[in-house]
Amino acid sequence: MKAHVYVTPKKTVLDPQGQAICNALRKMRYAGVADVRQGKCFELTLDDNLPLADARTEVERIAREVLTNPVIEEFSFRLE
Amino acid sequence: MKFGVLVFPGSNCDHDTQHVLAEIAQQPAVFLWHDSPDLQGCDAILVPGGFAYGDYLRTGAIARFSPVMQSVKKFAADGGLVLGICNGFQILCEAGLLPGALLRNAGLQYICKQVYLRAETTDSPFTHNLDRGQVLKMPIGHMEGNYFCDESTLAELKKADRVAFRYVSAEGEATREANPNGSLDNIAGILNESRNVLGMMPHPDRSSEALLGSSDGFKIFASLVEALAHRS
Repeated sequence: MKAHVYVTPKKTVLDPQGQAICNALRKMRYAGVADVRQGKCFELTLDDNLPLADARTEVERIAREVLTNPVIEEFSFRLE
Repeated sequence: MKFGVLVFPGSNCDHDTQHVLAEIAQQPAVFLWHDSPDLQGCDAILVPGGFAYGDYLRTGAIARFSPVMQSVKKFAADGGLVLGICNGFQILCEAGLLPGALLRNAGLQYICKQVYLRAETTDSPFTHNLDRGQVLKMPIGHMEGNYFCDESTLAELKKADRVAFRYVSAEGEATREANPNGSLDNIAGILNESRNVLGMMPHPDRSSEALLGSSDGFKIFASLVEALAHRS
């Protein structure tokens, strides 16, 4: 089983990297991009014998306690 | 009186900081390796600049889980004096010893230059030797020095006189041009609620001898030494 954790800057936090990418896309004349937010993606390979409910709890805990700084970032994840 | 300078894999201002304490301030100063929780009876802890644990994940994010940081948290909770410089400031924020976080510089570039700071409070063991409004010249060298916190935290910092330093012009004005990295409200350094923990992005360790272009940074170390002398 794999967990994909997506970490992005909070909406209230300025994201200069995302802005730079957005400006670059406009300069390159890509159409229709209103905004870009840059984040990180983590792929966690979990033990095969881990029950789904436990996996969900543990990944949520890892994302909250380690992978994100709650002052500036938020996260979402999916298991597959 | 004994000072402890933390050393993480990737710290690179540990020797600069220890040099200032041992050679300029003439105080006993030992290195404390990250892997041991033993603070060796030190009376003040310095968290130096560098790239602790390679700054992987986020600056200071891995360092906060190290054995030595668990002891530093307890030391600070008991009123011990802790000064975090540059990466040390980032680590103290990640560890929850100081509020807020340090984001990527607004200009997205690593900045290494001399800046001017204004001492905003003299009410701390680190700044009591300064004059309020005094302008200090110190270098910065960072990629993530853009101080950020939410509105209520900023209001609390201002109300409780916990902003220690702001980036200013040579004349002492906190202008947009004088803000090198986009920090909220030109903030360059802050104190914790009990005023025994200071974090700052500029380097007093690199500005404690005239030979380096400024000795203004030494005033912070001198304040710290004097504060400790009064405590013992």
